[in-house]
Amino acid sequence: MSKERIKIAEELYDIMPAEYQDLVKRATYGNEQRGWKDIGNAKELIEEHSLCAGCPESMAFRYILASLPNPEDTVMVGSTGCTSLVFPHVAVHNIHSLFGNQNAIASGLKRALSVRFPDRVKDVVVLAGDGATVDIGLDMTLQAWFRQEKFTTICFDNELYANTGGQESGLMQKGFVAKMAPVGKSFEKVRLPEIARESGCHYVVNCTVSKPNLVEKVIKNAVHIAREIGPTYLQMYTPCILEIGKNSMEGLQEMRDSEKPSERFAYKEFVSEPAKELIAELAAKEKERKAEAKRQLASQTVAVG
Amino acid sequence: MATQASFIGQKNKKDQVYTDPWNMMFEAERTPSFFTGSEVIKEAVRRASCDMMVAYPITPQSEAAALCGELFAEGYIGDYFRGESEFAVMSQCAGAAFGGARVFTTTAGPGTMRAMENFPMWAGARLPIQMIVTCRGINSPLSIQPDTLEISYLMQTGMLVWHAETAQDFYDWILMGYMVSEEPDVHLPLALCCDGFFVTHTKDMVNLTPTEMCLPPYDPYRSPVPCMDMECPPVRMMRDPFVMKSNYISYATHASWQQEVWAAVERSRKHTIRWMNGLIETENVENDVVIVASGTAVSQSREAIAILEDEGVNVGLVKVKTLRPWPGEEIREATKHAKHVIIPEFNVTGWLAREVSATIPNNERVHAGPHVCGGMTMPPEIIASEIKTVLGMKVPALAGRG
Repeated sequence: MSKERIKIAEELYDIMPAEYQDLVKRATYGNEQRGWKDIGNAKELIEEHSLCAGCPESMAFRYILASLPNPEDTVMVGSTGCTSLVFPHVAVHNIHSLFGNQNAIASGLKRALSVRFPDRVKDVVVLAGDGATVDIGLDMTLQAWFRQEKFTTICFDNELYANTGGQESGLMQKGFVAKMAPVGKSFEKVRLPEIARESGCHYVVNCTVSKPNLVEKVIKNAVHIAREIGPTYLQMYTPCILEIGKNSMEGLQEMRDSEKPSERFAYKEFVSEPAKELIAELAAKEKERKAEAKRQLASQTVAVG
Repeated sequence: MATQASFIGQKNKKDQVYTDPWNMMFEAERTPSFFTGSEVIKEAVRRASCDMMVAYPITPQSEAAALCGELFAEGYIGDYFRGESEFAVMSQCAGAAFGGARVFTTTAGPGTMRAMENFPMWAGARLPIQMIVTCRGINSPLSIQPDTLEISYLMQTGMLVWHAETAQDFYDWILMGYMVSEEPDVHLPLALCCDGFFVTHTKDMVNLTPTEMCLPPYDPYRSPVPCMDMECPPVRMMRDPFVMKSNYISYATHASWQQEVWAAVERSRKHTIRWMNGLIETENVENDVVIVASGTAVSQSREAIAILEDEGVNVGLVKVKTLRPWPGEEIREATKHAKHVIIPEFNVTGWLAREVSATIPNNERVHAGPHVCGGMTMPPEIIASEIKTVLGMKVPALAGRG
């Protein structure tokens, strides 16, 4: 795959927006080794975002978009919430339709792309907030997993309804005082990662987005496993600094504090047996690629020497 | 990119020939067949080159949806599955249509209401999904009987809304529906409605087009909005999401988009007139009394007209085929000689009468009724009785106590 599809006709080049010209020149579509380290060196697939200054969601968006293994053939599905304010700036096709129906949209989309492009890989990735994933959309989230729909679901868990002003959500911690939970939330944080495992997901990770290399690893695993085997689920803590009383410089520390071993976002992973085999296969291929690159480099060095 | 025309003459995997739709509908030989409405749906879908059908059980449409499952098993539909609720099904249909598939689904009554949030989204996203609505009651206590109240909600969604009278209408309009709704200057979803049970569960003679002919496949690249398949450049849609802009730009954008959706409904008029030979059909509208009806109320009106004719009262008939686009000009013209406009309906609120009242001059001529609802049948005698009452004729009691 390449940038062929986004190329600008020569005659029209000068009238295209500067950021589109930049996208054609420096985007990482088609680069199989793309990852978070491209951020800052290559054209990112996201322009300026419309989130609050220092919002961890904006970091998460950049890491995820930099890590998608096949962005030139990836369609993303979002839902209503803060994420839907970012998607209009993203340079992969993305769908926003209603609140909470993202996994239903993705089910139809993935199947349609499979019917229309039987010999091509078209990845579908859902990215929605915790209200959309766990509350209003829980039915469709779970049913897509029961049906073994082959796409990745990412939940940006900020433990409340951020976009509507900080109301209680199912993923909120018990006891947290919020709008619509005036005396504190009365029940435990919904254990969706465990439910995902029991619902048929082949790869489930619960983590924060404090470490870009970790985000890259889990995104690549999740997309590859969804493509080949079945549904995958990533629950990522992206705290709403506004609603938990932090300032714009404190988001990263909040995530680091929340991923300590005894905390609720300590790294947790479930990998099904077929998924383990696929990850091992991919790792072996990567090892072979690196070895081959090393051999080539060595032979070039000898030739030059 | 391949156009639809380039497929014509080629065969699909079931050996059906992609046929020029006009030839298929109007020139190919038809075979008379004795089928239920549900079976007719199946036969139309068999010839519609559908990529995707999503189903959910509800009476009275379940049989049609299950029969489409058989078509999938036979290889006539690209993919098929049962969704978890009507809301989810309509979102799954949307996902498939966003991805460039020709999509078919069915629903009824409470299912239509549960899915309702999807329909303005379908229209706004310009997804030419076809949805069969086999109307049934939406009231409480539970009813599974025919009642057309749900149509009045669908009429405000920006979808095309057609109301079939017979199984033959149904068969032809399913196929023609894709041709109209997929036109680039239309590109809107279609709610093809019928009165549940009366049409779906009764057998009727229907003239079918040849099994070996089918519609050319949907070409998503004729859409006025990008197909979400990453086959065209992924330009960023906007610098700032409109929802963030609480200012005039936001209002103007949303207002103009709604206006464009409704303009597209109007633009469907010319295509619909060509395929369906007009948005209405008329009979003897020079008479003083004219019935305006849609769906099976048209069939009952024909019977009433025959009864009245025997008694020396001549009555005209307007069959309304499309509700969106609304045939306002046609109805004004057809009722211009009428002193009395009678509107029988299978619902309690009389939405068709309201639409007609808002359309024609001197609307004191409109008599909203008779109305039956909750699954009641509409004997032609009650329509005849309504007309006689309007004319000041003596009306015998149709039913009494004891």
